[in-house]
Amino acid sequence: MSDPREIWARLAGLTPARIGLGRAGSGLPTREVLRFGLDHAQARDAVHAPMDAEALAGSIAALGFATIPVASQAPDRATYLRRPDLGRRLDAADMSKLQAAAEPSDLALVVADGLSARAVHENAAPLLKAFKPLAEQSGWRLTPVVIASQARVALGDAIGEALKARAVAVLIGERPGLSSPDSLGIYLTFGPQIGRSDAERNCISNVRAAGLTHEKAAFKLHWLLARALTLVLSGVTLKDESDRALESGAAAPALPEPERR
Amino acid sequence: MAYRHVVGPRTHVFADLATLMAKATPVRSGDRLAGIAAESAEENAAARWCLAEVPLADILARPLIPYEQDDVTGLILDTHDAGAFKDIAHLTVGDFREFLLTATPDVLTRIAPGVTPEIAAAVSKIMRNQDLISVARKARVVTRFRNTIGLPGTLAVRLQPNHPTDDPKGITAAILDGLTLGCGDAVIGINPASDSVQALGDLLQLLDGVIQKHAIPTQACVLTHVTTTLAAMERGLPVDLVFQSIAGTEKANAGFGVTLALLKEVHEAALALKRGPLGDNCMYFETGQGSALSADAHHGIDQQTLEARAYAVARSFRPLLVNTVVGFIGPEYLYDGKEIIRAGLEDHFCGKLMGVPLGVDVCYTNHAEADQDDMDTLLTLLGAAGCTYIMGIPGADDVMLNYQSTSFHDSLYLREVLGLKRAPEFEAWLHGIGLTDESGALLPGSGAPLLAAAPDLAA
Repeated sequence: MSDPREIWARLAGLTPARIGLGRAGSGLPTREVLRFGLDHAQARDAVHAPMDAEALAGSIAALGFATIPVASQAPDRATYLRRPDLGRRLDAADMSKLQAAAEPSDLALVVADGLSARAVHENAAPLLKAFKPLAEQSGWRLTPVVIASQARVALGDAIGEALKARAVAVLIGERPGLSSPDSLGIYLTFGPQIGRSDAERNCISNVRAAGLTHEKAAFKLHWLLARALTLVLSGVTLKDESDRALESGAAAPALPEPERR
Repeated sequence: MAYRHVVGPRTHVFADLATLMAKATPVRSGDRLAGIAAESAEENAAARWCLAEVPLADILARPLIPYEQDDVTGLILDTHDAGAFKDIAHLTVGDFREFLLTATPDVLTRIAPGVTPEIAAAVSKIMRNQDLISVARKARVVTRFRNTIGLPGTLAVRLQPNHPTDDPKGITAAILDGLTLGCGDAVIGINPASDSVQALGDLLQLLDGVIQKHAIPTQACVLTHVTTTLAAMERGLPVDLVFQSIAGTEKANAGFGVTLALLKEVHEAALALKRGPLGDNCMYFETGQGSALSADAHHGIDQQTLEARAYAVARSFRPLLVNTVVGFIGPEYLYDGKEIIRAGLEDHFCGKLMGVPLGVDVCYTNHAEADQDDMDTLLTLLGAAGCTYIMGIPGADDVMLNYQSTSFHDSLYLREVLGLKRAPEFEAWLHGIGLTDESGALLPGSGAPLLAAAPDLAA
């Protein structure tokens, strides 16, 4: 029989789980304690690092988007973590600002810090860059990109409603896992209005360098929005079959002319 | 009925029993989120004085949710054992705390069917952490399926070999890792990434194959919804334990897609399979403070009391295992290590007092103010409290559910410092393979004897 250490090295390649770590007495070897500590530190930093809304606005503006900064009613991170309800409500002055800027549009784009500003810093602009030509090709009218601080997913409902958009896509930092502190989620909701339930959204998750690529995520978002605008709904009844379209190399489904209101 | 307590110039008034219990609870973020927590430290302390004077018989007589409105209340009252309650019927909550501290293990076993969740929760609110530990340690609950769980001086471990895509080779590798580190006596239990019956069948057969081929005295479970497990049983798939998440109100259970009738149906189906040679405890439930609030089904009752009500649901199905997933739900319910530690001890105490085989998923998410040191503290306290079982996850990092729990190594630590043994049948199996010495301590050698005995698992 071969050396157990060789067997464990091979088995460890079969799963991302932390197996075959060895032990020191009943404890972990030092390198594993330190590795875990570093991974947890990165996940913690991702939760607590503030979003740099200005720098983000700069890089998004460079792609040719107008931007509008807004905040939820959660005044700081500690409150945000304890009071998810406040993170779903839009600051009153920002609400008026958005209502004043409202023009009928097909999609409101929201970039929200959520639980990982790092995910937003690293993935929001590249995702928007990949999505922009697809949206232009479909002739969709987009709102300025709203950059939302201390935001939960449902804040997009208030934003989309205020902007009079037919749908809203919230690009938000996901709850960081120990091995994925940088994961962006995209939540698409047709007919955004305050009080929508999570069952009325479609989600694209794990958007990051080591996960779903920006190009694939943009393709999925385009595919889902095209379906949502056609079916006039989103959520559990809109099944994501974009993988098949992606595999077959097909473009997004044929679209009706964008509706003009 | 309103409750009052006078502190110097101030009279604290509590409108009803639910309000009093909420205000008396050690403060935590979930009760604040619900708007029912004490608003000052004095109010919190005054509520405890006031609660200590409430007779247990009054708590029994005043259901927090009316009998007609909630089937969990119905279950609690319909199954209440008046004979078992007789020993404690004359006590107040404050007297009951002292009764528990002086009671023998046999007395605790005798009164358990007379203890309602509201009584257990009420007394826990006026107990310090050390009280929760010392009483729980005396309240033993023993269950059996393919081995014996919960004997004094033992601690079991659920081997949790999750994989983000349910890959059979990845899952098998994690099972092998856990077995070589002496874990898996509570159950080998997978949280599947997919919820299809097909995927469930594949995983059930994988687990059954491992357990049968190597004659491991443990049981298998794939943690999916009861309706999916029922479908698997109808197809003749090997189901040892039936899993379900449950909560403390009818509406919160509806949010999980279950009713008491559905649980009864699936329990009877699992009993009919007669797969447990040593006993017929074949249910596995998970619970956790905050689940009712997150389902908007809390009825103005504090989350710890609602959690204890979930144990009444569990108790009526004689489960092999129940665990509270204490830090999983997030900081809006339990904010930091201190709140998670307190909740873990409360849940374990309430479960044991009610006669439920309670284990604890000692865990946290990355947006909670907690870390491995907090988990070490809770783990050690639970070991001292005689916790039925803990989770064993490779390196404490669940790569499917994205949270941190306890590792295989953590169980070795706990056994070493507290002298805790495994389920005896499993302990004997490990020794037979050559992984452990006479005392149950792991032998050096990276699990070589098991790698040799089970080349299929390392393939």
